[in-house]
Amino acid sequence: MSSTVNVRLTVNGVERDLDVEPRLLLVHALRDNLGLTGTHVGCDTSNCGACTVHLDGRPVKSCTVLAVQADGAEVTTIEGIGTEDNLHPMQEAFWNNHGLQCGYCTPGMIMAATALLAENPNPTEAEVRHGLEGNLCRCTGYHNIVKSVLDAASKSGQVTA
Amino acid sequence: MSVTEAPLGANVGSALRRKEDPPLITGHGRYVDDITLPGQLWASFVRSPEANATITSIDTSAAIARDGITAVFTGEDMSDLGGPLPMAWAPPGVEVNNPEHWPLAKGAVKHVGDPVAVVIGKDRYAVQDATEDVFVEYETLPAIVDPEAAIAGAPFVHESLGTNKVHEWTLAGGDVEAGFAQADVIVERRVVNHRIAGAPIECRGVIADYRAGSLTLYTATQVPHFVRLFMALLLGLGEDHVRVIAPDVGGGFGQKLQVYGEELLACWASRKLGLPVKWTETRSENMSVAHQGRDQISHVKMGAKRDGTITAFHVKILADFGAYNMILTPLIPSLGAFVMGGCYKIPNVQTDITGVFTNKCPTDAIRGAGRPEATHMIEVTVDQLAHELGMDPLEMRRKNFIPKEDFPAAVATGVVYDSGDYHGTLDKLMEHVDVPAFRAEQEQLRSEGIYRGIGFCTWTEICGLAPSRVTGPAGVGVQAGLWESAMVRVHNTGAVTVYTGTSPHGQGLDTAMAQIAADRLGVDPAVVEVIHGDTSMGPEGRNTYGSRSLATGGEAVVRATDKVVAKAKAIVAAELEASAEDIEVTNGKFSVKGSPDQGMALADIAGIAYVGAVPEGMEPGLEETTFYDPENFVFPFGAHACIVDVDPETGKVKVLRYVAVDDCGPAINPMLIDGQIHGGVVHGIGQALYERVHYDEQGQLVTGSFVNYALATAAELPSFETDRTETPSPVNSLGVKGVGEAGTIAASAVVTNAVIDALRPLGVDYINMPLSPMRVWDAINHGQGASPEGGSQS
Repeated sequence: MSSTVNVRLTVNGVERDLDVEPRLLLVHALRDNLGLTGTHVGCDTSNCGACTVHLDGRPVKSCTVLAVQADGAEVTTIEGIGTEDNLHPMQEAFWNNHGLQCGYCTPGMIMAATALLAENPNPTEAEVRHGLEGNLCRCTGYHNIVKSVLDAASKSGQVTA
Repeated sequence: MSVTEAPLGANVGSALRRKEDPPLITGHGRYVDDITLPGQLWASFVRSPEANATITSIDTSAAIARDGITAVFTGEDMSDLGGPLPMAWAPPGVEVNNPEHWPLAKGAVKHVGDPVAVVIGKDRYAVQDATEDVFVEYETLPAIVDPEAAIAGAPFVHESLGTNKVHEWTLAGGDVEAGFAQADVIVERRVVNHRIAGAPIECRGVIADYRAGSLTLYTATQVPHFVRLFMALLLGLGEDHVRVIAPDVGGGFGQKLQVYGEELLACWASRKLGLPVKWTETRSENMSVAHQGRDQISHVKMGAKRDGTITAFHVKILADFGAYNMILTPLIPSLGAFVMGGCYKIPNVQTDITGVFTNKCPTDAIRGAGRPEATHMIEVTVDQLAHELGMDPLEMRRKNFIPKEDFPAAVATGVVYDSGDYHGTLDKLMEHVDVPAFRAEQEQLRSEGIYRGIGFCTWTEICGLAPSRVTGPAGVGVQAGLWESAMVRVHNTGAVTVYTGTSPHGQGLDTAMAQIAADRLGVDPAVVEVIHGDTSMGPEGRNTYGSRSLATGGEAVVRATDKVVAKAKAIVAAELEASAEDIEVTNGKFSVKGSPDQGMALADIAGIAYVGAVPEGMEPGLEETTFYDPENFVFPFGAHACIVDVDPETGKVKVLRYVAVDDCGPAINPMLIDGQIHGGVVHGIGQALYERVHYDEQGQLVTGSFVNYALATAAELPSFETDRTETPSPVNSLGVKGVGEAGTIAASAVVTNAVIDALRPLGVDYINMPLSPMRVWDAINHGQGASPEGGSQS
């Protein structure tokens, strides 16, 4: 499998040019080729959502997208939405509400949550719970994650990535 | 910047947001798979598809011939190891059968996933491809899956042992037979506590880097200090030449309290090949080979007098340990035995444990480790006794509580409960749950065909694992002291670094320990950095498990900080020409009592300490170390309630409310306590309703991924209601007890009791977990009460 394919994509606003194996997963392109290790892998089966990123503004599980499928697309990862000095409101909400413990599911959870609020800026608790169904967390029991998302929603009707 | 701002000296008790979080929420955490070393090679394992087989041949030639493949190793290549993988429990006077367990199989495989060979090469994907070109021939043997059949006799998992029995271990206090003779009612039942997975969202992973005679191992572990010891012993290296680093670790839940063959293999291979070797576990591997938990079949018998007084409790546990003993495998059920009397004054309590080998993944500690099983058995049985006596289940519990004035309370199982106020937590629970109103609502709903139930659990547990005197070689038999260390360094500028020997992985100990040290030193927690999980930084430690890190490690931080404070006071006393006893820390200053304006900040004191302008005879510097070994365990407790709806048409259970009142002593950070309870409770709800590791009759793992191992999602769960009482422990100066496992220890019993409460009008008096729709429907329709289905079988 040594033949490679050229892929051009925009990641967090920066144009990137990669030569990749056709089978390379987007998550590995981000992590191994671009050094963006904030996007994690937690399962083999698209269940856990730790790898959630935005592809042209929509949340996808980047372990289930080939890098070649992202050719020409805009990808936003956890590193692209805020920094420690300038946190995204969703990152701030997770910090304020103890929405994370080990932190491993957190980037995917935050990316899923920002996508959720982009679609539904004022969700009910039930809508948040349903909206995060594709993301697993083993530490928090989801209580403070749901609280974080509702807090972010209440502080900004227009939370988008 | 903190959301909750506390004045200097008053951070303990405040819900400060976590110091850990900024890197984790911005994608700048550093987990093992995030680390790349120059020249690193990748490893991928060839694993057994058979549950029980003899290996007749392994052909690695096609794999090694592939592009980019550096080496393929089998068990025969690793003959230079210092010994097999460790099992560190040797209870005095008890024989434990302990078959050899190697990083790669030697001639036989004993469970699906057992590693047979490893392929090492330059690319993450290429090594996985090449594993397909390692051809292994097996002679399949019958799979030994049912633990009750296995304990009865041949065939044997390990033929050379001539038995499937691992060990027998009994803990008895009083005389259970005499107790049953005094009882008016006796309840007996078969309780199956099925096998579950730890399932941290980060799977395991390692990078081993051996160069110039020294080894550095990055590993996703809870126990870097234990891993270092065994890497050194098994590779023949001095501990001074082995550095183990647990970077950010994505959850453990006991699964990462282990010394794994993959860790040893990566180190061995790095030394052999002269390059770093990295292995990142897949979820499928994690589900089949990372140790699992529970898996007990128990016969329980509890007797009570007509007035509800419990006279005796006898439990016989058959524990399915899978194919091998891991580091503490056979000890795990014993942890439950020490609290088999629960929070009740039961004079006669006995636990008889038999361990058995089967062709499954080994078990070991998973969140709660023996204590969820014990609590489940106690609490479902107390409920049934109350029912048979016609008593209210809460009245039954109150009747038997160890009263507050009895503490410290020596109980029948031979341990001394440190402190407790069981009526207090139940009273607090009743402030949140209006039981009479619920009963009225329940009655009304039943007339509408809606089956709603309420369940309770009042419990205590044993944690804060230490003290060495009790847990160690001469006591329970763990071949290690379980003390804890801390080192506190005040830098030249007054910044502070705390080194802890614990190894937290999500619990928030950086924040809690910073709060503790900051208050004593009169500084902001923001200037206190907490370092853990690196064996070359700070003193030897004993890691994180068994809800121990605050009760042992937090107290060690107190003691090391207090030594620093004593030295600082002596320096200040000399500077201010006062007596050290008259120096106090207020408003961020070390000052003379009564003269708060005259004082010195920690930075000024550190300046003096490091320029060496210290009093005559005093060493320069401002840094102290403590090794703390407590006098006793700690025994947190609580009262939980759960309300469920059961759909009688489908058997589906929905959790409507969950209320947890916990007492783990005075809160250091109440936000962290709530977080631990939330997650712990869901681990228990998950076991009660959804999660189950399942092997079929051929020993094939049916639940090998998150597609078929059902972790609860946010959509299945309600938000939780939590409250606390604070009864200090006399064991440590903070008065704290552990809380990491508390929720899990309580929750499976609460949910089960709630489901039974809902279904009693339909003639259901017990269902073994997981309370899946099919099982619940079966119980409703076929009257399968204390259902006979066994072990891991459906």
